[in-house]
Amino acid sequence: MTEIPEHLLKRAQAAREKAAADVPSEVPAAAAASEPAADPRIPAHLLERSKAAKSKASGESSGAVALQEKVASVVAAAPTGGGLPVGAGPGGHTQRLLTVIKSGSIQDVKATPVDKVHTWPHLLAAEFVAALACTAFTFFFSIFVNAPLLQLANINRTPNPSKAPWYFLGLQELLTMFHPMVAGVTIPGVGMIILIFAPFIDKNPSNKPEDRKFAISIMTVHIMFWAVLVIIGSFFRGPGFNFVLPWRDGLFFDL
Amino acid sequence: MAKIIDETPRPTAKDRITKTVNDVQGSQVWTSIFRPGSIFRKGYTDSPRNRSYVVMNSVLYHLHPVKVKRHAVKVSYTLCLGGLSFFLFILLTVTGIFLMFFYRPTDVAAWNDISNLQTSVTFGLLVRNMHRWGAHLMVLSVFLHMARVFYHGAYKSPREFNWVIGVVLLMLTLLLSFTGYLLPWDQLALWAVTVGTNMMGYTPVFGTQVRFVLLGGKEIGSETLLRWYVLHVLLLPFVIVIFMAIHFWRVRKDGGISGPL
Repeated sequence: MTEIPEHLLKRAQAAREKAAADVPSEVPAAAAASEPAADPRIPAHLLERSKAAKSKASGESSGAVALQEKVASVVAAAPTGGGLPVGAGPGGHTQRLLTVIKSGSIQDVKATPVDKVHTWPHLLAAEFVAALACTAFTFFFSIFVNAPLLQLANINRTPNPSKAPWYFLGLQELLTMFHPMVAGVTIPGVGMIILIFAPFIDKNPSNKPEDRKFAISIMTVHIMFWAVLVIIGSFFRGPGFNFVLPWRDGLFFDL
Repeated sequence: MAKIIDETPRPTAKDRITKTVNDVQGSQVWTSIFRPGSIFRKGYTDSPRNRSYVVMNSVLYHLHPVKVKRHAVKVSYTLCLGGLSFFLFILLTVTGIFLMFFYRPTDVAAWNDISNLQTSVTFGLLVRNMHRWGAHLMVLSVFLHMARVFYHGAYKSPREFNWVIGVVLLMLTLLLSFTGYLLPWDQLALWAVTVGTNMMGYTPVFGTQVRFVLLGGKEIGSETLLRWYVLHVLLLPFVIVIFMAIHFWRVRKDGGISGPL
């Protein structure tokens, strides 16, 4: 334990003695001042002042006069040099509480404190495990499954079917339904532009799923639509890009 | 004859090892290498101060803030998809550099190089497989990351621009995968790319020009191979790294990971 400096100990001792000396003299005064509801948290001089104000208000009906008097007393209080100022309170205090500014009205006080944890080890450990698992998966998958290497490229021998990489097979599938410009350029182009502008189109500020039913359903419909196209293009298209059933006609798909 | 008796016991092997470790860890060389907070430093303890130092004083970890929201470290929230995409990119870079040692991007050499790589190079087949499957996995994880971000509404203010960068990263990932697809120069590569570039040829107004620039000619040939090789190993990685840097930086600047639902 750290040592408390000598002068602080002395000061604390002095304060304790002073408090002990003050209590007996103040207790009777406070008891006398608070007849109906003595709230110990309200200082005695404030209670006195409010009592005085109450009696004044009941005595004289015009509040304006009281206010004028008050102002005059405050103004008068300033120049008095020695002794207690005229406008001083019972304890000899000259300061007054003008207003209470609640925290949050001026300062930016966070309403709900954010629960935070240290990145190390809480996040980094999880990331490390994830990276390790990912490497292990790729490694073992690569031991057992070989990447395809077909025959040397030959521009004069078109394989049947010829398929694009799997992530473009949705587009190739669209090619069977639309004109190439629509399927290969317009639809993916418009899709990408909408995707890029999604945050500016979606004006809903909430991120709660119950408030975002429309956005979520439209995204899900499109992802499903896309996934179905890719799956059909990958597994259900055979020679001539005709519809086949993979369990009957075999797989025409290379990754 | 006087006998000198040394009362102190002889140091055990354990004592000597401890002393050596302490001396090494206390040396100027050691402390100059490992910054404060490193677990290799002398007298490392698990304190909040050191936990902060670990992140602040590491070039790799300082991408992260010192502290993160508790809900953000839940694996079930992010599924680690963004981090895994980045990790797969690193894995692909490492395996790709290995492959570059054994590959020449010409129509006469490419296929033979891959074939030799698989049969005569130690771990050649394994590394090629990892590069191939890692690439497919990265396309998948980037796509799933995008879906995750959408479903969490994490693209909303103030993260709109980072979403835009994210979509660009998705497209760059697809392009990287697609350019790599041609490099083995087998029938699969040639015809997949033929189908893909034919589609691009239908771009209105300047479709033919786009196709010509991409292929380096009217048809896929040796020029295309060289062109796509440079795109695949140099230009696109260069661009994607820049975009990734902005993406990660914006994650921090836009207030970290998005709030809970």
